[in-house]
Amino acid sequence: MILTLARKELKILFASPLAWVVLGVMQLIFAWVFLFQLEQYLENLARLRQLANPPGITEVVVATTFGFATIVLLMAVPLLSMRLFADEYRQQTLALLLTAPVSLTEIVLGKFVGLLAFLSIGVLLLLTMAASLALGGPLDWGLIAANVLGLLLLIAAFAAAALFISSLTQQGVVAAFGAFGALLFLWLLDAAAADPQALSGYLSLMRHFDGFNRGLVDTRDLAYFLLFTLLFLLLTIRRLDARRVQG
Amino acid sequence: MSLSESTPTVAAHGLTRHYGAHLSVGPLDIELHQGEVLGLLGPNGAGKSTTLRMLTGHLAPSSGEVRIAGIDLLDSPRRAKAHLGYAPEIPPLYRELTVDEYLGFCARLHRLPAGKLRPAREQAKARCGLMEVGGRLIGHLSKGYQQRLGIAQAILHEPDVIILDEPTAGLDPNQMREVRALIRELGQRHSVILSSHILPEVEAVCDRVLILHRGRVVFHDRVEALKHPATSAGLILGCKRPPPLETLRELPGITAVERQRDGLFRLGLKPGAEVEETLCRLAVENDWGLFRLCPEHTTLEDVFVELTREETATDPPKQDR
Repeated sequence: MILTLARKELKILFASPLAWVVLGVMQLIFAWVFLFQLEQYLENLARLRQLANPPGITEVVVATTFGFATIVLLMAVPLLSMRLFADEYRQQTLALLLTAPVSLTEIVLGKFVGLLAFLSIGVLLLLTMAASLALGGPLDWGLIAANVLGLLLLIAAFAAAALFISSLTQQGVVAAFGAFGALLFLWLLDAAAADPQALSGYLSLMRHFDGFNRGLVDTRDLAYFLLFTLLFLLLTIRRLDARRVQG
Repeated sequence: MSLSESTPTVAAHGLTRHYGAHLSVGPLDIELHQGEVLGLLGPNGAGKSTTLRMLTGHLAPSSGEVRIAGIDLLDSPRRAKAHLGYAPEIPPLYRELTVDEYLGFCARLHRLPAGKLRPAREQAKARCGLMEVGGRLIGHLSKGYQQRLGIAQAILHEPDVIILDEPTAGLDPNQMREVRALIRELGQRHSVILSSHILPEVEAVCDRVLILHRGRVVFHDRVEALKHPATSAGLILGCKRPPPLETLRELPGITAVERQRDGLFRLGLKPGAEVEETLCRLAVENDWGLFRLCPEHTTLEDVFVELTREETATDPPKQDR
């Protein structure tokens, strides 16, 4: 049932030009950053060889591109998710879902999985670009794997938060801005804290992605992302139930 | 899934809905059996849509219980909703999908087995007159087609209970007739609850009628109860050049003559009296200019207006919320 709902979301998502434009622009930006970093690496190759422990191409090109991708996704996810619930409210289609033999959990997860599937296409494109470097020499696949995992977890967190905010309002634009603001705030929490041990550091999304970006798969970071995602999915389910009770 | 004959398909007891301190609907008691069609009537704002939304699980009631096919809607919503089909007033359509895609999605949503998806879809389209628009985008359909698609998704999975909120709203007379025929056909095997403003439609299609006014039930009975009034029978006589009242009063079998507007008279009859032939003959012989001679019967409209007008006359002026 969740897959049925996810497929419906994807069909609707792809029916609008928004999805294609976002994917296209994202890919354009990713590619630009990727090629820029590649050029940097090739230009500085001679100098890097003189260092004791030079960073490999994976670190310079792939990791940086993935790091930059997070900023792009920060902006793209709210745009893509804003209509997920807002449209159902405005077009009065929620009646169909609420009177069908599906649970609220399935409805929310269906939208979440649909959004995730769409965003994974972006990650797949990044991965393809990274893999293309293999034509030139050996790559650090462990680092790449860690980055992909980290990015997927981050996307899940972004999607869950944006989905929740979409469920709060009928107007798509309000949802988009709200989600963008919330995600930006959570992202920058880390930058604001002078003391690395401060609480805000623990809450910051950026801090937890950092580990993956450097190739470190820390279960604390993993737990953070999973709990974050779970929290917002639960809040969304509760929000839907509240609407049903309050009318 | 077969139901025992005695299990009511819809059983609601004490259903109420509050918005804040304001009692919007209820308490309401509804019981329907298989093959019955219930018409829900009421002025705008009476609570018809609210009632239907509570019966389908779209809205949670403030108190009371709803059982669909014997299954409690609030305790086991998924099992109960499998027996429900709901067509809300605004059809819940995804404008970006085609008709076929949409119905396919609805079929899967209602957990139809894979083998039955296509036949169910085609049958629903055939019953609702949507055969030619299968590949069309919903956003491009006319209102009539959209309305019918809203009904099609409700009957797709052949549920025991079909709930239609103003199914003929916005349709042209031909389409209205088709939908009414469809509802009559559905009413033979399923239970149907429909809400409507169109009184003749309810009279023609429904077995039972429930009239709501300001959230309260003011009438709940079989439609036949209206067609056989307990009071004595009457005749309506209409003449362009009517005779004096005494002439009519003196006719055998007539107990009372009452002048109405526009040359119409209400004639009270003795039970069993048959004066129609006499009246006709007299009308022709004396050139009364007869244009109407028919039995008097109360229509649903009379009952409706009386029940809902009476209350407004005695209610205190409404406060703005």
